[in-house]
Amino acid sequence: MFQLTRNRQDFYLKFFLKLNGHFSLLAIFLIFAFIAKESVVALNEHSSSFFLDESWFPTEGKFNMVPMLAGSLFVTFGAIFLAFPLGLFSGIFASFYCPAKMYTSFKRAIELYTGIPSVIFGFWGLMKLVPLINEFNPPGQSLLAGILILALMVFPIITLSLIASFEMTTTNYYKVSESLGLKKSTYIWFILLPSLKGQILGATILSIGRAIGETMAVLMVCGNIVKIPSSLFDPIRTLTANIALEMAYATGSHRSALFLSGLLLLSVVGFLFFLFEVFKKRFSWKV
Amino acid sequence: MESLTKWLSWLFGLVLIIILGYILGDIVLVSLKHFSWNFLLESPYSAGRKGGIFPIIISTLLILCISLLAVIPIGLTSALFLTEYSDRNNKSIIFIRKSIEILSAVPSIVFGLFGNAVFSVYLGFGFSILSGGLTLAIMALPLFITTAEKGFRSVPTNYRLVASSLGMSKFTMIISIIVPYALPSIFVGIILSIGRALAETAALIFTSGYVDRMPESFFDSGRSLSIHIYDLSMNVPGGDVNAYKTSFVLIVLILTTNALINTVLNNWYKKRIAL
Repeated sequence: MFQLTRNRQDFYLKFFLKLNGHFSLLAIFLIFAFIAKESVVALNEHSSSFFLDESWFPTEGKFNMVPMLAGSLFVTFGAIFLAFPLGLFSGIFASFYCPAKMYTSFKRAIELYTGIPSVIFGFWGLMKLVPLINEFNPPGQSLLAGILILALMVFPIITLSLIASFEMTTTNYYKVSESLGLKKSTYIWFILLPSLKGQILGATILSIGRAIGETMAVLMVCGNIVKIPSSLFDPIRTLTANIALEMAYATGSHRSALFLSGLLLLSVVGFLFFLFEVFKKRFSWKV
Repeated sequence: MESLTKWLSWLFGLVLIIILGYILGDIVLVSLKHFSWNFLLESPYSAGRKGGIFPIIISTLLILCISLLAVIPIGLTSALFLTEYSDRNNKSIIFIRKSIEILSAVPSIVFGLFGNAVFSVYLGFGFSILSGGLTLAIMALPLFITTAEKGFRSVPTNYRLVASSLGMSKFTMIISIIVPYALPSIFVGIILSIGRALAETAALIFTSGYVDRMPESFFDSGRSLSIHIYDLSMNVPGGDVNAYKTSFVLIVLILTTNALINTVLNNWYKKRIAL
């Protein structure tokens, strides 16, 4: 920055730091490169079969990914559909309705949700939630169970980003609207939330990314049957669960097809990231 | 409208607290009922239905060691590069920042695929603690870099100006001023990486494998705590109780890391400001 002296040590230091600084760039590049390289076989030999084969029978060389893709999409959007109101109202609760004494502990509790490992969410779902659903509508391991567990896992992203942006907005508007005799809820719904559209959208995109990439919890509660679900109580298998289940013994084009689904996931996440950036520019908010 | 908003937010707030209490309470109660210290010191047998988790704890620690050994030097130097040489807003810095953000958004299962393709197959480490640890290192890297960078950025400009005016070389300044000042946040970064690595399952299934024997070297396959929970609850009928107990151990470890972070932030930083 303001360096007056110049010595050999600094020259090496700069070189060394620069080299290491580019590591993340290299890592991202390598991840794309290796996953793409491994999925080339599947793309070359079976390019049409991912949508046209009867189903997913990897041992017979049939690789229809549509059921898994549908599973992933259903479970993700179901979870977001639930997580959005959960996040919105718990954020409003924390910042406006919760007693001042409870505020810190409520926030801690929400942060704790993000700290619980996904395998423990999955385990709890398997032990408590699945038997509960099973009583109403067997087999219990179902799309619904996946949606509920995933919603619990991703809503804190929305809550915490809302709380952070509530803290950042000035209290001036609140005072003005109070002096105009507006109710708290009018202020929240018609003044505060519209001004935070961008942040809310951004947090939702982030939680979509988290939900679509989640593996262990959905693997444990969704039943893992390769079929396009016809109701909420049908078992499903997601793309991520499919990779986790079959990767250990897959070889040849089967292995390559699994890498291809990884590439698909990576592209979806990349696209979501791009979307996030676009919205960030469009609504110009600070992270 | 007013009362509706109020009631809904109270309802959702309370329901979320109750669910959290239910999840943690269930695991704590069931495990405490069957808990004994021997569980931590015995080897598992009968596919984990009986016995303890000693080798699994050791494997988890070894995986953590490997990933920390990889993440700390790379992360520190990356963060230093981003703070010390980023005054010109050049293209490569922007690219590096973007790639750190993308890296933190990549699903863990994709890291698993990558680790399997690179470390297990391409470099020939097989299903081993080494491959698992290195995969986790890449996963934890973005978190560590951002935390360490915040610490480096919090060094007051005055310190840098004085250091330069005394004719210190950049190297001396970094070693004797910037790194010591940022030590608390480096420490927080390390704890965060440990937490991230402990919680991870999907990336480890096909990089570190799931052999539950005592690992003899870094090239042996080793099962982490999280994989043990997964395996016991999904593949081993009658493994529930031990899965509960393992979850309890994992949760205690993760809560400890959280508590450590809070202590570091509260105590260490206060002292730092008083300096």
